[in-house]
Amino acid sequence: MLRGLWKLTWIELKIFLREPLGAIGTIVIPVLVFILIGRAISPKLGPTAIAANTFIGVGLPVLASILIAISAVLSLVTIISIYREGGILKRLRATPLRPQTILTAHVIVKLLLTAATLSLMVLAGKRYYPVGIHVPFVGFTIALLISTCSILSIGFLIASIVPTARFAQPIGAIIMYPMIAVSGLFAPIASLPPLLHAAAMIVPLTYAVSLLGGIWQGDPWSAHLGDVAALALVFLVCTVLSAKVFRWE
Amino acid sequence: MLRRPIEITALTGHVPIRRFSISGNATNQDLDYVRDIDSQLSKPTNSQNIMHPVIQVSGMRKTYGSTVAVDEASFEVNDGEIFGLIGPNGAGKTTTMECIEGLRTPDRGAISVLGLNPFRDVQKLQDRIGVQLQQAQLQKRIKVREAMDLWALLYGKNATDGERLLEQLGLADKRNAWFMTLSGGQKQRLFIALALINDPEVVFLDELTTGLDPQARRAIWDLVRGIRERGKTVFLTTHLMEEAERLCDRVAIIEHGRIIDIDRPQSLVNRHCPDRSVVLASDDPHAAERFRAIPQAETVTCSGSQITIRGRGDDLVTEVIQCLSENRIRVTDFRTILPNLEDVFLKLTGHSIRD
Repeated sequence: MLRGLWKLTWIELKIFLREPLGAIGTIVIPVLVFILIGRAISPKLGPTAIAANTFIGVGLPVLASILIAISAVLSLVTIISIYREGGILKRLRATPLRPQTILTAHVIVKLLLTAATLSLMVLAGKRYYPVGIHVPFVGFTIALLISTCSILSIGFLIASIVPTARFAQPIGAIIMYPMIAVSGLFAPIASLPPLLHAAAMIVPLTYAVSLLGGIWQGDPWSAHLGDVAALALVFLVCTVLSAKVFRWE
Repeated sequence: MLRRPIEITALTGHVPIRRFSISGNATNQDLDYVRDIDSQLSKPTNSQNIMHPVIQVSGMRKTYGSTVAVDEASFEVNDGEIFGLIGPNGAGKTTTMECIEGLRTPDRGAISVLGLNPFRDVQKLQDRIGVQLQQAQLQKRIKVREAMDLWALLYGKNATDGERLLEQLGLADKRNAWFMTLSGGQKQRLFIALALINDPEVVFLDELTTGLDPQARRAIWDLVRGIRERGKTVFLTTHLMEEAERLCDRVAIIEHGRIIDIDRPQSLVNRHCPDRSVVLASDDPHAAERFRAIPQAETVTCSGSQITIRGRGDDLVTEVIQCLSENRIRVTDFRTILPNLEDVFLKLTGHSIRD
């Protein structure tokens, strides 16, 4: 069905790594920042303090994951709009490639890069996080995959309609970053004023944060079925919509 | 094997009429040979005279908002020919081509390519046509070989040998180069290679040589002729009259979305611009007088020793040369000025294609 998907994914991954800042910008820098922050914090606070501090213990890993997912979305949006503007999409259109294949290939590339970055962070984090904290690594990975797919699908939708590459990044940022603010990462959703509370309930990121935070803390999946359903719905709606409104040129 | 002269007369209209005249007694061998010719003729060949349309467009119209891009376009492209759609930028060439390729949907009209409806059967059609798009790009850092591999995979079993194509197009030593490092001519050759990878029956080339230097342009022309020699049909657009004249078997002139005329380039020139001139230099005081006696010569003007004879018809040049030799007129310069497609365009539209 998706003829050429693996070939295209493999080529796109190589192309991305050939970009001057490709690998450094998406993998090396986030990990470096993470290590530097870890070094600055951990000697000052003891392991018990870290375990007790909910932001460092739960908020930080979730925030890092979300930020990486969002940067993947922004980069997806930018790449697709550059392809559109440069006539690459148009050229691909005149082949048996379908738009779903092109988007899927880019999503897989982004997921692989996200996974690489986060794995490195986990490895680095082992040095700074107390050994005593038990993290359900497999569960968190699955939760992250679900969240990232859902966030990326919002990216498809933006990528399908933004007119030019110059607009892509800002439009993506305008849509994405306010979502973080109300997603419950910085303040509990219950404490938000009514309007923002309502906003939080319709923002898909809220469910991603709830899912990731919960799983990180060891909640059972049964407690987060609602989050998973919401994220799946977002994915479905955005994917179907973007296939409908996809612009080749 | 004894081969007798065989004469094949011109064919008229859509119905091929063949006549063979065989001198002497026809042997069985001769008849076999005739049958050979016959079967060759019934197959699609490069011959101009065999009308076997692979593209049929009738009454096509396409508008963008209030702008009419193409209006009532009707034409046919025959099997094995190079057909050119010529006109200035913005005349509707690309729109017409992209409707035929199935990339755009016309508002009205019927299009058939290889018996398929480009809009309804777009996937089936894509397997059988090759497309080079105007101003298309590839990923900056994709390698030539990767693009060829991807395209080959997309077309599956229909794909031809990509390596051989690269060699034929002179790109073999660039197979590991990034797309962004290729020159304009190399990029266009890669796009031709990609357009040919599924061994298509019809190849579409949109403004293939725009932006190339004359040398690269000539090399591309040779490649396009090579495509025709492989028995494929080529549909191209160009705003370069020289390109159309040198490359195309037939051309359609399009302006403001309307097709003004369709024919072989030389026929268009003969029909619309029968005027030709002979310019020569002679010190013979009676030369001008003699030339005025030529029936085809309409005007004879002198400027110093230079004499310009204007007239109509193919015979003018022969008549002038005959007049020179009969009257022993010595000339120090002799050239003919023949009209070309550029003049036809000017005549038909009232302005130059470059305006």
